[in-house]
Amino acid sequence: MNELKSGVSESMELGTLRRIIVRAKRWDLFFVVLGILSLMIGVLTFAVLFADMASKGLPRLNWEFFTSFPSRRAANAGILSAWVGTILVMLVTAVAAIPLGVAAGVYLEEYAPKNWITDVIEINVSNLAGVPSIVYGLLALGLFVYQFGFGQSILSAGLTLALLILPVVIVATREAIRSIPQSVREGSYACGATTWQTVRDHILPYSSPGILTGIIIGMARAIGETAPIITIGALTFIAFLPPQPYVGDPPAGLFDWLFAPFTVMPIQMFNWTSRPEAAFAENAAAAGFVLVFMTLLMNGLAIYLRYRLRKNIKW
Amino acid sequence: MSNTLSLSEPSVADLSVSDRLRKKASRHMKERVIESLLFLAAAMSVLTTIGIIYILVKESYVFFQMVPLSDFLFDTQWTPLFDDAHYGIMVLLSGTITSSVVALLVALPLGTIIAIYLSEFAGFKTREIAKPFLELLGGVPTIVYGYFALTFVAPLLQKIYPDLPGFSLLSAGLVMGIMIIPYVSSLSEDAMRAVPMSLREGSYAMGATRLQTALRVVMPAATSGIASAYILGISRAVGETMILAVAAGMQPNLTFNPLESGATITSYIVQVALGDLPHGSIGYQTIFAAGLTLLLITLAFNLLGFWLRKKYREVY
Repeated sequence: MNELKSGVSESMELGTLRRIIVRAKRWDLFFVVLGILSLMIGVLTFAVLFADMASKGLPRLNWEFFTSFPSRRAANAGILSAWVGTILVMLVTAVAAIPLGVAAGVYLEEYAPKNWITDVIEINVSNLAGVPSIVYGLLALGLFVYQFGFGQSILSAGLTLALLILPVVIVATREAIRSIPQSVREGSYACGATTWQTVRDHILPYSSPGILTGIIIGMARAIGETAPIITIGALTFIAFLPPQPYVGDPPAGLFDWLFAPFTVMPIQMFNWTSRPEAAFAENAAAAGFVLVFMTLLMNGLAIYLRYRLRKNIKW
Repeated sequence: MSNTLSLSEPSVADLSVSDRLRKKASRHMKERVIESLLFLAAAMSVLTTIGIIYILVKESYVFFQMVPLSDFLFDTQWTPLFDDAHYGIMVLLSGTITSSVVALLVALPLGTIIAIYLSEFAGFKTREIAKPFLELLGGVPTIVYGYFALTFVAPLLQKIYPDLPGFSLLSAGLVMGIMIIPYVSSLSEDAMRAVPMSLREGSYAMGATRLQTALRVVMPAATSGIASAYILGISRAVGETMILAVAAGMQPNLTFNPLESGATITSYIVQVALGDLPHGSIGYQTIFAAGLTLLLITLAFNLLGFWLRKKYREVY
């Protein structure tokens, strides 16, 4: 009697168990589908965004578009002042952000003693990465434009973006340096090298691909940043180029272009986007296409570099 | 070095030793100089923070001398550029909150699902392709997303709700959500992949499926990392500017209805900066007060994230 009972309950349990397993596996499958769908939403949005912009903007992309100034007539308007401005601003950003960021990263990894000052700097860097970009614009407006008197110039914009991407460069530098094994440093010190000699001859060369990746990602971010540059009051209608060194009347100095008014690609695009006429929307699409293309190229380069790095270096 | 010094008698032949000592001293000096230069570079980041706080507080102080704090916090109108000026930050806050909530309703679930999928289900190949792709999605300039929200998403939504205005917090928020997905998914995925394999193996050995393992073992173990991913997503949403400036309209509007248009703290700053406000006017001061509010909000979330990380950190 007893045996029979336990046999029945066992078979019942087996049935329930099977059902539980089937249900659990069904949930598993359901989640895989959900995961792929979610991923697809991201991928599809990007594809649609790119296709939409390409279809609207590509007809406008010709030589004149790159060599014309903005104009009241949409068909004649171009992005000459915008891309020249972007390149010059990026130049200032790179010159300011790369040495500062790499130096700060090297200091934090190789020199910094374990004390409260180091802690403050570290917490501060991670906090700065979370500050909205427009707040940097307000800092620049108060500090660079009015306090330092740089005005609404290429210099102000470049320095603003440099501060903005500084945390990116610092974090990338630190990660790249941290991946170098301790034995490299020990070998260098054992040969009598000083800390700086170790850094210059070993740490920096070995970490340079990683640092470069971080710099490219930071610069790609800076190229697309609009809000902080609008905040410092960059003009949107600029139908002239910054002065070339030693050219013009009166002849410009070597660095006069630093203080020139300017516009950049994202601002030009914003200007066109905010106009009601459809023809300007086409211009905006074309400018946006160029902008996305540039950032894709830079990000793609960074991803490729990192991929190669991971494949080639085996400590 | 000191050994050589004690052994050598004072004589002419010892010039080389003092030379070497001098060289060592100069080397020491150079090291010191370089170290202080590098320290200055690292200190720049602290100076940036001090600069941000100094500028925002200084300019806001001027603002709050003209406008009492109670008006700023409790007034229900935001019309700083009108003759009948009102300065109720609540109006801008409502826009920021509404658009952020819409964005986070998109970004947090999708980002989490993608993270779980990539970390626990997807094969090596899928992950290798999907991760860079998501990164590219995060690298698209926000002005481009704004354009997309205004010229593609809004008309699309209008086909579903014909009453939706061309500028709405909904279309801006949805696109903002898509923009934030990569930030949430990549940080969460990193956190999940940092959970040691042995935990998963233990769970599988007990007969759990992948999903059960992911939800009941891996996610709890990765709570602190996932929390920081969410916090980062929230700060991105609150601080996002261009998508809202382009696609949400810039009319201040005290509403929590995403189907309406509205201004946010960030888009108000852009609007003022676009106009030609003289330095020192009350309109100019308002953007610093708005910026200070924004900074305090993001700071609060950052501190919350810090605390969460500390509280739920698991060390293996």
